[in-house]
This record gives sequence, structure tokens and C-alpha cells, in this order.
Amino acid sequence: MKSMFRISARAAAAAIAFSALSAAPALAQKTAPWHDIGRDATKAEVAAWDIDVRPDFKGLPKGAGSVSMGEEVWVAKCASCHGDFGESNEVFTPIIGGTTKKDIETGRVAALVEGAVATVPQKTTIMKVATLSTLWDYINRAMPWNNPKTLTADEVFGVTAYLLNLAEIVPSDFTLSNENIAEVQKRMPNRNGMVFYEPMWKVNGKGDVKIVACMKDCAVDPKVQSFLPDFARDAHGNIREQNRVIGPVRGADTTKPPPKSLEGAAAAASVVAVAPVAGSGSNVNNLLAANACTACHGVKNKIVGPSFVEIAAKHAGRADVDAYLAGKIKSGGSGVFGAVPMPPQPQVSDADALAMAKWIAAGAK
Amino acid sequence: MSKDLSEVIGRVLPAPENHLDADEIERARKARRSFMGKALAMGAGVAASATAATRAVAAEGEDAILKLPEHSTGLGQPVAMDPGYGQPSKWETNLRRRQSPGLTRVDAASVSFTPLQGLFGIITPSGLHFERHHQGWWDIDPSKHRLMINGLVKRERVFTMDDLMRLPSVSRIHFIECGANSATEWGNVAVPTVQYTHGMLSCSEFTGVLLSTLLEMCGYDKKNGKYVLAEGADGSSMTRTISIDQAMDDCIVAWAMNGEMLRPENGYPLRLVVPGVQGVSWVKYLRRIEVGDQKWATKDEAVHYIDHMPDGTHRQYTGIQECKSVITTPSAGQTLLDKGYYNVTGLAWSGRGSIKRVDVSVDGGRNWRTARLEGPILPKALTRFNIDWVWDGKPAILQARAIDSTGYVQPKINQLRAVRGTRSVYHQNAIQSWLVSENGEVSNVQVY
Repeated sequence: MKSMFRISARAAAAAIAFSALSAAPALAQKTAPWHDIGRDATKAEVAAWDIDVRPDFKGLPKGAGSVSMGEEVWVAKCASCHGDFGESNEVFTPIIGGTTKKDIETGRVAALVEGAVATVPQKTTIMKVATLSTLWDYINRAMPWNNPKTLTADEVFGVTAYLLNLAEIVPSDFTLSNENIAEVQKRMPNRNGMVFYEPMWKVNGKGDVKIVACMKDCAVDPKVQSFLPDFARDAHGNIREQNRVIGPVRGADTTKPPPKSLEGAAAAASVVAVAPVAGSGSNVNNLLAANACTACHGVKNKIVGPSFVEIAAKHAGRADVDAYLAGKIKSGGSGVFGAVPMPPQPQVSDADALAMAKWIAAGAK
Repeated sequence: MSKDLSEVIGRVLPAPENHLDADEIERARKARRSFMGKALAMGAGVAASATAATRAVAAEGEDAILKLPEHSTGLGQPVAMDPGYGQPSKWETNLRRRQSPGLTRVDAASVSFTPLQGLFGIITPSGLHFERHHQGWWDIDPSKHRLMINGLVKRERVFTMDDLMRLPSVSRIHFIECGANSATEWGNVAVPTVQYTHGMLSCSEFTGVLLSTLLEMCGYDKKNGKYVLAEGADGSSMTRTISIDQAMDDCIVAWAMNGEMLRPENGYPLRLVVPGVQGVSWVKYLRRIEVGDQKWATKDEAVHYIDHMPDGTHRQYTGIQECKSVITTPSAGQTLLDKGYYNVTGLAWSGRGSIKRVDVSVDGGRNWRTARLEGPILPKALTRFNIDWVWDGKPAILQARAIDSTGYVQPKINQLRAVRGTRSVYHQNAIQSWLVSENGEVSNVQVY
């Protein structure tokens, strides 16, 4: 014990000597030994990353964009996913719709009240968003979806103005700018529709449902209120192949109707069902994902563009199909499956384009 | 009680071996029944002999034992087989992260669910941790990744991964649950298994530096700094407001999960851990923390992750994941192979603290018994519970109900709807019901 004390006393003395050399003693006593790990950020670095815009518009850069300029940007870069009028439900839920002139006056969207008649099939962004800064900030940081942070500040003002015009918040000859955006905020249709609910924000808040835990003969409605509909039995694939092949239970074989008895279920479970592991297609899948192809093309379903299976069917029998599709992947275009253009993909290497083309031509399996 | 339990254990029926065909299983079943009848009538020797009677075996025994398999008589695989990273058994390929068809339209802005129906304990294997991407995932070069801290601080600072990983670190087990977990169940039953009802839930040991350490290093403004903004480096640059109290309490700037670096899908090389709060706040590819004096009302605080109330307002900044539980086995989509004993098992968790108690009902909520909690029982972490159940072959409705350290009791769906209405999407923490039918199939139902 004695010798240990002597060692630590010596170490402490050394530490004091060191801190006296390197910094003012008062500071050295207060700060942790790791205090200076890292480095100061430069002004340019903070400016490059600190792009957020708050509801009070702190962080909003100077700029301006007209509704008509915004429309041009919209048609070129946004409409393929969101529709010409922000109404698209193909790729993302609709942005515009469901608000009225009255809502702009009151600042509360009447259609949101329980029991109100819905004017659109689902809630749109403009029905919910209370703060205009939110739209500006999000378009600026995350749009266009496959090429975020590439719009200029003026373009973000323009696109925001175009959306506001579609929602009849500003007229068609309007130019939105950092000067007038706070005025436009006062016309947001759901600006009074948000409530800060502190109990669910604070860890030590109280929940909004208070229950006493009954243990015996508790009141229960004996009716089963909701079942999985029969048609949905195999909507998530064969559940057999989503459960372990050993243990106290098996997955139900949802490719077949429910067994009539317990014996039938157990007998069916005696067959080992291991799901096939994804095969050679996985590399192509990575390419498709990395190049955002699957944002617009499903394997079997049309999204914005045709499905890969459809493409394969259309060009079946074409002798140069691999080279043709590789060329289309890189150059884009429109007219083969409709008017919506596919943007060119110059970032895709020839080898990757050919790999994807071959996979598509072979039926996208 | 102990007598009851020994009878229960005496009735353990091992699952039919996979090499048995349907006829053999049926023979096994009949043999067991006839034996059990006699044994129970005699009232003795149940535990010792029941197991032998459950298998259809020749007089001298079972081939699985008598005929030595290849793995007992041959040479096995060498060490460090490619790719030098161990993979699960080929027999375990059924347990996969899966998407829910029709839930989202684009794979890069979608969800894959953790297969809770087949997991054990409280730690989620990293390869099965649920995924939620808003604009696709990336595998970022860690040597080029930077974390910036700016705003209301004395020193605006930049950290490399080298810097961060030199700092004093903590390792803590926490659950992460998407705010939209169980959203499909707000209305009617919509999905077939616990993977899809509750699978936006995982629990891991996270390692990193406490956010409080970094904020202290930068000299955050203790008077005006009321909030921090966390921001990601990916295309979506996810941004979320966090209270300074929480930031200074237990938030972790984490680089590791379950003993290895974070997986790319989970934010490699850096993500924020906000214990008890919905997953969207656990910003992945974390590039920046800004200290401020107002909330930011970012897109996922102003358009999504808000609670639509009956009066038409939306509750904003409702991030706490309240006390919740679910039975994972037996659960919907599974089939019981026979009557008799089952260990009913599941998970419970609370964003406000630790789990105090879990009750289980097998009669749709009329009567409840308290389950065994397995250790460790940690705050803001999953807790595993187990309870004995002997199935008599009749329809049964299984439910679990959790109570946390604040005394909050997990509600029924109608109790939750009475407050929040029916058009909400997020923060659905109601009791889940599984119907066991006479044919052994378990299905997703609503009972309250």
C-alpha cells in the first residue's frame, strides 16, 4: 500500500509539472485530459454543412424564385416522382391537395378533424405541415431524391413557390424570397394545427393512457374484433419459410388453406422448408440499388417506368438486346413505354450497364 | 405448484424430427397418446418414460442414434473458411429481414423487419437488425467521415473517427424501435406475423462516446443551449431535434454495435443512440450536432412522426417509445404441433425506464398470470419474459401486458384509440392478441 501511494504521488507531481508547462494551471484543473482531441472547424466548413433552416427562418440564405421558374425546375427534376401537380401517388404520397381557402384563413385544415369529409384519398404534405421553413429546408437538403443538395437556393425558392401556388397559397405571378417568406408563412393552411405535447417528448413525462392492471375476471368483449382477411393469408409469402425448421412450432404453410385439424398441421410441418438463398442475381441487385434504378422500375411492377419483366418482354428476340438495353441505360430517353422520360445515367460504367442489361434481357430473375 | 410443474414437464413433446415423414409422425403421435393415457391412469412414471414414447422407433432404437452420421465418422471443415466471417447455419436461412409487400413503394425509402418470431434472449443479431432508410444506405469510407459540432458552443469543432475512438467510451444495451412500429395495427389486422407487426424493433450493445462528453469539450452554452440538432451525412441528411437534457443524459455517439463496428445499413461508421426515443432520432451516418435555442421542425418532425389526434391537431415531438410487450412464440403465422406444454416467451420494453412486470393471458384478457422476467433487466432495453402454458387443444387468445418502472400499464388498443383516435400512424403500443385455433395455427386478431 505504501509503495503504491508513493508511485501515484510521483505521477501526480509529474502531471502537475506537465500542465504547468502546457497551459494555465486553472484551466488544466478544470478540463478533461482529452479536452483538445479534435480541431476547430473553419468558417467555410461550418458554412458548407450548417444548412438547416428553422421555423423562425434562421439559416435561410438570401435568394428568390418565381412560380414559373419553379415550374420549370419541377417538370425537369421533380415531376417524374411527384406528378406534374404534386398529386402523384405513384412513388411518394401526394404533396398538394386537401386544403381550402377557408383553411388558409383559419390556419387549421378542416379535413383533418375526425369525421370530416375527406376531399383527397390520403393526407397530403400541405395538409399537415405547419411551418414553411420545413418545406424549404427539406427540398434544399434532400431533393431531388436521387441527386440531393444540387438545387441552387433560388431554385429551392422557385420550387417552393410553385408548390405554394398549386395549393393556392400564393398567386401564379408570385416570387418567393427570403424577404417575403415570413409573410407567406402566415397563409400556411395548417399553421395552427400543431400541438407540442411535452409528456411524450420528455423521458420523465406521463403517458396519456392510464390503466389499472386487472388480473382476474376482467371485463372483455368476447367478440374477436378483427381477423387477417383470407386473401391476405399468403400476401407476405409462405410463412413456413419464415420460421425455423426445429423447435416447439413451425411456420404455417400459407400456400395452402388452413389445415382442418391439429393432426394435419403437424404432418405438414414434418417436411423441412428452407427458403432458397438469393443466387447470382445479387450483384445486379446491388447495381440496380446503387444507381437508383429501382426508384423507378420494379422487377414485376411498373413504378414510374416499366417493370424489368415488361422491358424484357418488349425486346425479346431482338438480336442486339444486351447492347441496346445497355445503351438505353446510359442515354435514357422516352417514347418506348410512354412520354415520361428516363434521365441519362452517365455515372454507370459500360461494364455495369451491360451486366444490368443482360440481367434484364434474361427476364430479370 | 411443484407437483403441477413436474406433471407439465412430464408431458414435454419434442418436435417431430425432420427426417420423419408424415406417417411416422402420426404413428408417433398415436403411440404417445396411448402411452400417456395409461401412464396418467397409473399416475406414475410419467417424466421418465414419456420421451421414449414420443418417437416412432424400432425396438432396438432410433437410426439417428444407432446409425452414426457422417459428421461423427468423417473429417469436418477447417478454420477460417472464406470469407473469414462466420455465417449462420444453412438450416437457419428462413430467419431473414423481410419487407412487407405494399407498405412502401420504393426500396431505398423502405423498411425491412426483424424476424422476432425466431429470436432468443434480448440481443438482436446485427445481420437481422431492422432497417429503415429514407434515401438509401451507404458504406462510407470511415477515414473520410467527420463529425462537426457547431452552434451555441465556445469552440466549433471537427472530429475524425480517429479522434472519436480515442475518447473515453461507454458500452450500453438499448432497444431501438421505429415510431411507426405496429402502425398497421391501428386500424384492423393487416399483416400475418410478429415480424411485420413488431419487427421494427431491435436491441443491441452500442459502444461510443457519450454526447455529453463532446458537448462539454466544445463548451456548449448552458444558458441558451436548450436543444441539439442531429444531422446525417447521407442524401436524406436526416435531422432531428433532441432536448439538451436528453443529450446531456444518456445519448451516445456510437461507432460499434454488438462488439463490432456498426453495419453500413445501421449507419457505419457513426450513428447517434438516443435511448428510449423512436429510431428516427438515432441519426445514421451522423455528421453534425448543432446546439440551438429553438426546435427545428424538420420534415420528420413536421410532416411525419407526428400524432394525428381526433380534433384534427397533430402532436409534435412525441418521441418517447412507451411501455410495450409482445409474445414472440407462439405468435401469428406459427403452428403448434401438439397439445401440451409450451414455454410462452416474448419481449417487453419501455422508453421511460426498465420493465417491472409482464402479465400474460391465454383467455383473451379475462385472467392474467405474471410471467418470469429473465435477466438482465436494463433500462430502455428489451427484457425477455417466459411463462408456462399447457394447451388443451381448444381455441385460446394469448396476450402480454407490460408494466414499467414508472407504473405505466400497457393499454389495450381500444383504450389507446379512446385517446388518440383511429387515424394515427405512430406510437402504437397496445396489447397484441394472438388466436390459437384448434388446428394449431396461430393468427393475428384484435380482442379488447
